[in-house]
This record gives sequence, C-alpha cells and structure tokens, in this order.
Amino acid sequence: MKTSHIVKLSLLALSAVLIIFAHYLVFLYVPTEAVMGIVQRIFYIMVPVGWLAMLSTFVLFIASIYYLKTRKGSWDAVAYSAVEIGLVFTTLTLLTGILWAKPAWGVWWTWEPRLTATLVLWLILLACLMVRTTATDPSRGSAFAAVVGIVAFVDVPIIGMSTTLWRGIHPGGIILDGGLAPPMLLTLLVSLAAFTALYALILIIRIAVKNDQMTIDKLKTLRG
Amino acid sequence: MRFLSKAVAITCKDVLSEVRARETIPSVLIFAVLVIVIFNFAFGAGPEQMKLVVPGILWTTFVFAGMLSLNRTFIQEKEQGCLEALMICPVKRQDIYIGKTLANFIFLTVIEAISLPIFVILFNLPIIVLPKLIVITILATIGFISVGTLFAALSVNTKAREMVLPILFLPVVVPVILSAVEASALALTGESWSSMASWLQIIAAFDVIFMVVSYLIFEYVIEE
Repeated sequence: MKTSHIVKLSLLALSAVLIIFAHYLVFLYVPTEAVMGIVQRIFYIMVPVGWLAMLSTFVLFIASIYYLKTRKGSWDAVAYSAVEIGLVFTTLTLLTGILWAKPAWGVWWTWEPRLTATLVLWLILLACLMVRTTATDPSRGSAFAAVVGIVAFVDVPIIGMSTTLWRGIHPGGIILDGGLAPPMLLTLLVSLAAFTALYALILIIRIAVKNDQMTIDKLKTLRG
Repeated sequence: MRFLSKAVAITCKDVLSEVRARETIPSVLIFAVLVIVIFNFAFGAGPEQMKLVVPGILWTTFVFAGMLSLNRTFIQEKEQGCLEALMICPVKRQDIYIGKTLANFIFLTVIEAISLPIFVILFNLPIIVLPKLIVITILATIGFISVGTLFAALSVNTKAREMVLPILFLPVVVPVILSAVEASALALTGESWSSMASWLQIIAAFDVIFMVVSYLIFEYVIEE
C-alpha cells in the first residue's frame, strides 16, 4: 500500500472515531447550558466549522504565497482546494450561526460582528474562486486567485476589528477566559480535533483530485 | 529617490492625458452628483431622518465614484496598448504601481473635493464639520486606491473587465467603508476628534497594510 493511502485511511479512521465520540459528548455527556437551554449544543459544531473557515483561509494564504514565488502547479492545487473547502465551511458557519441566532436572539440574522465578518469573508472567498474563471488563460487565473487569496487573509483581522468596534452582542472571549465549564471545554476540544482531522482528510483528497485534473488537462493539450 | 522619479513620471503622464482629454473626472463627477440626487429621492424624508442617512449616502457615492474612476484609468491604458508599453519600459513593476496609485489618488481627490461642497449644500450640513470630513475622506481614499489600483489592474486583464472590480473591491474595503461611515456620523453630530480616533486608526491601519501588500504583489497581476 502506498504511503498516501495509509495517511488517508488513518485520517479517515481518526476523524470517524472522533466525530462519533464528539456526537456522544455533545448529545449525551455535556450538561445543558442554563440560560440558552438545548440549542446551545450547536455551539460545539459552530465553533469547529468557524475555526476550519479560518484555517482554510490561512492555508490559502500560505499556498498563494508559495504559488506566486515558485509557480508550481501543486501549490495552485492546494490554494484552489483551500478556497473551495473554506467556502463550504464558511457557508456552514453562517448556516449554524443563523440557526443559533433565531432561538438565542429571536432573529434569523443580525449584523453582529462575527456573523458580519464571516459574511464578508464568504464574499471574498467567493470572489477568489470566481476570479479564476474570468481570466483569459488558466495560469493567469491561478496568479489572480493567489493575489486575492493573500489579500483575503490580510483583510480578516481588519474586518474583525472594525465589526467588533461597530457593535458587539456576542459572548466575548469566554473560551479563552476560562469561563467555560470543564465538560463543555472537553466537548469543544474533542469536536475541534474531530473536525480538524476531517478537514485534513478532505484537503488531501481534494488536492489529489485537482492534481489529477491538471495532469489530464496537460495530456489533452499534448494530444492536441 | 530615483525610483520615485520614475513613478512620478507615470503619474504625470496620467494627469497630463486627463487634463487634455478630460475623459474620467468630468463624467465621474456627473455620476457622483446623480447618485447624490437619486439618494435624495430614495430617502426623501424630513431633515431629521435625513441626518441619519447622510453619512451612508456620502460614502456610497464616494465608493461608486471611486470604482468608476479606478476602472477608467486602467481600461484606457489597455485600449491604447499603453500597459504593454509601460511593461517594456525599464521600470520596475512596483514603480508602475506607485505611479498609478498616485494618479488614482489625485483623480479621486479632485472628484471628492468638488462633490463634497455640493454634498454640504444639498444636505444643508454645517460648514464646521468640513475639516473632520476632509481628514476622514483623505484617509479613506488612500485605503480605496491602495487596494483599488491592485484590483483594477487585475480586472482589466480579465474577460469580464469592469464587472470584476466591484466583486473583488467591495468586500475587501468593507472595514474602510464601515469606519468612514461611523466616523462621518460622529463628525456630523458634532463629536470631538478623540471620539472618532478608534475609527480613524482602523482606516489608517488598513491604508498602511494594503499599501505594503499591494506594492509587494502588484507585479503578479500585470505580467504577461
């Protein structure tokens, strides 16, 4: 068996076990939050998907820099995959945010800082994915997407700062302040680990598919 | 200092051709006045309600006018084949960025300098707020053109041209628009400089960061 297969299979096993365990913790182990009740359990999904949206933007940033420096198609494949998966997880963050906002704040959508910042990130990632298709040839499209990818990551902290100053009703730094009860923190950490393992697996598979696509395209042009 | 003289030469070329042809500034100015007038109909309420929407109208006008002007300066270059000629010239790509950014800054500042008094008259604003509005406008304009010049150069090289700029530009400058609107609202209600300081800091941070980032990655959007 090839090493890449072993890595993929072990990641698959790891994420499957962790996700099942995380679900056990979320639904059966962790105590119900006193104020918000049962809906607070969505927190253990929303924080990990939000984290993956950020992680993906970071992967995009690094891959974009390396692509512009080296011009290797493999870095472009990483950047492309990171945008695509990042867009999926940003969408999931927005959806879980909407689902949680309705019972918690009584509205589907509110221009709350982190929701707003996530929406703006979603729009930038969408632009990053779209700019490839508008380029006159694929290699230019990759360079354009890399430029937008770098701008996207640099912009995130400024967007965060401005929207936080704008208006804030989110429970602030409760996670980092240690305001989270130990069982809740454990559940969150397991959920984070589970989703991160899943992310690594999806990213590896997506990159491999993209690389195959590029090889096929190259062969097609050789054949004429 | 030698590299700056090359950049300034490019700026002079842009200013000179604008002075002779008068293509960009007059049409963008008319557009800006039209936007102000149309917004007046859209929110045609009493003077009290108008006070609440004035900062929003001001910045929507400037953002739209800015995009129009940014697009114009690069489409002209592309149509006349001047961009290719610039790239053959023995100047660094970064010099082209600085030159074009300066030119865009001059164009946009002229447009804003003329439309701001019109705005003050049409909305009956107190003249005493002008110094504050001018500082906010200059800071925000630097933010717009720093990233706007990068994206305008990118979008002129795509198939969709002027369609691409808003999709890339608008989400990225969200922090600038947000901060400029909030700071202008504070200025219009007669607040002091210190109460606007945190908003001005965000715009200034955006300006510095994106000047540097755009300067570094500009060469990748105009290469052939």
